[in-house]
Amino acid sequence: MPVVINQNKGIMTAALSGEIDHHTAKALREDIDNAAQCARPKRLVLDFSEVGFMDSSGIGLIMGRYRLTQEWECQVELTGASPSIARMIRLAGLGRLGITGV
Amino acid sequence: MRKREVLNEMRLVIDSRSANESFARVAVAAFIAQLDPTVEEISDIKTAVSEAVTNCIVHGYRNGIGSIWIQARIYSDSRVMLRVRDKGAGISDIKQAMEPLFTTGGAERGGLGFTVMESFMDDLKVHSVVGKGTTVTMEKKIVQRR
Repeated sequence: MPVVINQNKGIMTAALSGEIDHHTAKALREDIDNAAQCARPKRLVLDFSEVGFMDSSGIGLIMGRYRLTQEWECQVELTGASPSIARMIRLAGLGRLGITGV
Repeated sequence: MRKREVLNEMRLVIDSRSANESFARVAVAAFIAQLDPTVEEISDIKTAVSEAVTNCIVHGYRNGIGSIWIQARIYSDSRVMLRVRDKGAGISDIKQAMEPLFTTGGAERGGLGFTVMESFMDDLKVHSVVGKGTTVTMEKKIVQRR
């Protein structure tokens, strides 16, 4: 499973794993969106601890989930990013959007 | 200045299918491994290859499947040259395409491909002709630890 989703008291955690690129992002996106649209959590945590590789498709994945969950004013938080993923996130300036953990 | 020599070279042709994104970056990383790069250098090169190949798939051949040519060269000055070429749509305004967050790839694309290639590699050149295709050439110095 490339993403394991847990929900607890309004917090949804999506634990991503493997490699995130344009090819794999579609399935991740669909799984997260289906769960998020049902639960409408107050906070969405995207956990990158088990992600071995991510290109800028991962930034598209984060920004897309941010846009979706803004419909119900959900806070998006990123965690577990490796130095190389963190560099990509900084390059994209995601902190400016109010996404935390970057 | 002494002219640098080509020490080794590889060429690869793949279909513009998204399943090949992973194959392309791993193949280039395996070729570069003979220079004993750091984990960070390998990660930077894999990311740059992934961005370039994805651009060919998403933009170059957006209406179908075509061939992507990948060339990697190791020079005597420990620099690595990567060239990724398609014969797809081409880019009408390269300057605009290279601006961070500019994308014609839809809401799920970050528009960061060229920004990442520029940031993760030492040198980036883009040559494109509308209707003929795009060639991206990148270089990076690999720090020799031996």
